[in-house]
Amino acid sequence: MEPFEPTTTQTQGATAGRTKFIIGGILIIAAIIYLIISSTQASAQYFLTIEELAVKGSSVAGRDLRVSGAVLGDSIQYDSQTLTLSFDVAHVPGDNKEIEAQGGLAQVLHAAVMDPSRPRLHVVYQGVKPDLLRNEAQAIMTGRLGEDGVFQADELLLKCPTKYEEALPEQSDSGADS
Amino acid sequence: MVPNIGYGALFLTFLISIYGVGAAIYGVVKKSPHWVDSARNAMLLTWPLLTISAISLIYLLVNGRYEVEYVASVTSNSMPIYLKVTALWGGQAGSLVFWTWLMSAFTSAATLRKWDRDRELLPWVIVVALVTLIFFLGMVIFIENPFTRIWTLPSGSLFNTMFPPAGAEPYFQQDGQGLNPLLRHPGMIIHPPMLYLGFVSFVMPYAFAIAALVTGRTDDRWIRLTRRWSLVAWLFLSLGLLLGGRWAYDVLGWGGYWGWDPVEIAAFMPWLTGTAFLHSVMIQEKRGMLKHWNMVLVILTYDLVIFGTFLTRSGVLSSVHAFAQSAIGPLFFTFIGLTFIVSLSLLLHRWDSLKSETQMTSLLSREALFLLNNLLFIGILVVCFWGVIFPLISELVTGQKVTVGPPFYERATGPLFAGLLLLMGIAPLAAWRHSTAQTLGRAMWKPGIASLVAVGVVLLLGIRQPAALLGFWLASYVTAVTLYEFWRAAWARHRKSSESLPLALWSLFGRNRRRYGGYVIHLGVVLMAIGIIGIEVFQTETQGTIAKGEQLSIGNYTLKYDSLAVFDTPDGRNIARAVVSVYKNGKYMGDLHPRRDYYYESQQPMTIPGVRSTWEDDFYVLLVDWQPVSTEGATFKIYHNPLVNWLWLGGLVFILGTLVAAWPDRQSERILASAGQPGYAAAEV
Repeated sequence: MEPFEPTTTQTQGATAGRTKFIIGGILIIAAIIYLIISSTQASAQYFLTIEELAVKGSSVAGRDLRVSGAVLGDSIQYDSQTLTLSFDVAHVPGDNKEIEAQGGLAQVLHAAVMDPSRPRLHVVYQGVKPDLLRNEAQAIMTGRLGEDGVFQADELLLKCPTKYEEALPEQSDSGADS
Repeated sequence: MVPNIGYGALFLTFLISIYGVGAAIYGVVKKSPHWVDSARNAMLLTWPLLTISAISLIYLLVNGRYEVEYVASVTSNSMPIYLKVTALWGGQAGSLVFWTWLMSAFTSAATLRKWDRDRELLPWVIVVALVTLIFFLGMVIFIENPFTRIWTLPSGSLFNTMFPPAGAEPYFQQDGQGLNPLLRHPGMIIHPPMLYLGFVSFVMPYAFAIAALVTGRTDDRWIRLTRRWSLVAWLFLSLGLLLGGRWAYDVLGWGGYWGWDPVEIAAFMPWLTGTAFLHSVMIQEKRGMLKHWNMVLVILTYDLVIFGTFLTRSGVLSSVHAFAQSAIGPLFFTFIGLTFIVSLSLLLHRWDSLKSETQMTSLLSREALFLLNNLLFIGILVVCFWGVIFPLISELVTGQKVTVGPPFYERATGPLFAGLLLLMGIAPLAAWRHSTAQTLGRAMWKPGIASLVAVGVVLLLGIRQPAALLGFWLASYVTAVTLYEFWRAAWARHRKSSESLPLALWSLFGRNRRRYGGYVIHLGVVLMAIGIIGIEVFQTETQGTIAKGEQLSIGNYTLKYDSLAVFDTPDGRNIARAVVSVYKNGKYMGDLHPRRDYYYESQQPMTIPGVRSTWEDDFYVLLVDWQPVSTEGATFKIYHNPLVNWLWLGGLVFILGTLVAAWPDRQSERILASAGQPGYAAAEV
């Protein structure tokens, strides 16, 4: 029996077969890349510390932002009738290395609260007061900086003070819009 | 004494594992089965030793030995015994010990099987398993040691170390801090072990894949050997993810089940590649294709498993979960990097021997659709990975940290998930090798019409949102196709063997568990999709403060605030428990008891919703605030979550389907399978 040797047309056919798969693959990959890029542009938020926010000031007014800070327990005010929550946060460094160098997150939060010279931010939030909101907790707020310098938060995420080793879940509360 | 025993056992295991790696490699180099057997014995020794270590830690936890720092941080006097045992995985150091204990159990189980036909793979499986074990043991022994004790010197200063400084005495505390209350929920107790089981058992398919690459035995033997392992690993991972979602819904009090938090994503990513892998290996077994894909998928799954543990444990991302910040981060990163590079190098070395045996000719053939399946899963993986890495990259590149939240993930993965759902309804109908649009269309039109009818019903109910309509259409279409597959096969069998139809259906499950178990899983996914559409698209919420006797309304529902009780419990918490009555369309439906627990020792409040669950919806009530002795009343937040219980039902069906698929074959089938009869493989389609 003669060994089967593909004729030119048959090899061309095989290559043509490969081509449609490659094209199909490229189309899918392009679609995925498009999804990623467009979604990133639509949803990316600056993640700022309070110092950085103060520096940027009006250039980010009105933009969707995320800010983190240490909660000042004394400043927490909550009207449970209107579900309006307001509190102040003190600047906390954002860099993990810096936090480590200063003795860990719990120390850093404590220092931020005790230091009166740290930049502070007044936050207003419409919604239920999260369980974890208390003195020295780390708050991560998503929202906008208003003209008056008050941060209007749509979303409020709390981390528990790092007294405990165990990993804690997120507890978040979103405003009616998101 | 006991801490020293526990720590000593860990250290011994560490040394034995190093020996095992050396012996296995030496045995290969010197072609000496004797040395390989010695390595195997070393492997088998790890589990008893680690059991000693784990038991020591549990002993310390249960007996309130608060001079051990870990015990003090995760237990307290008021905790019941069963919770103290589960505190083994309540903190980082303990959970790493737990991880290694599970890992050694699984690898020992693997090495206990008969190796006659695969002797050359054994040493490399041992090497991979032990190297992984060494890494985690090293982490525990040198960095995250649960057996360290608190010592005090006469000067009063305290130290937390394994071995006491000279002249120091142990420092005994009266009580510990206790397990975080959020972790005391049944779902949260099983969730970590399930995830760890899933993570750990994925190491075995990877080990076999590496062994196959090293020895050049790149046929599908390694896949057949690890088929059940992969399925079991995937079962545990899926269960872990489902339990996590259920716990979030029950206990975290934000009315949701998945927050796209980096740690959730960390566990989700290996699940994605694992699912793709489970599907893709079918193509290698049946048609000898996608071999490169399968290697890449299993390598990715392994490294994502380690990466998942790394994300949770290193604090590299500022997510609410990722807490512990220690030296662990760089070490994990290095290990992942090294294993990834080594695995890829091996793959490249053997690239040619993994060439496909046949060509793919048709874009609509089943093989091609499975290829598309792989692409979509990898696409979702890339989206998740990007979202998690993006803050770090943006900080590195622009100096400014930028994050993305749930909207990013939902927007980017939504179409891809929809694509996968669609594939579930097309691939079963597609023919092998050659399929045209016509042949596929002919198979698709009946279930297509049936699903359009279902969409018509949905439209009649007044639903207009495009996402929901598309989702419901896909769900009904896939259901139709899957049920049709069952029907077709059962009917054929019924005609051929004159078994009654129900019996024919039952025997389908006996003949081809993987396939029909898989279809049951798909039905589970469809149910979950229905639940997800319900809660994502149609959820409504309201909140308000009302006095006793007053009402709050949402949709057809009304809530009346009846009473409130505030009291302490013996296990150290204060409970504020409201009684509310629920009315639907004016008719009384029953009472709910949303409550707020406050744990004194950890100063941790916890909001537990009162939920009325039906197939139609959940009426989910949170007690947000109360005024104990006043006319002002209490604040409630109410979520109305339509169809959400289909999500949990779907999860149950999903798990059942996986159990079916993973169930051991009957004896006769096993013999045929191990003989590698090609005829049998073809019949299994």
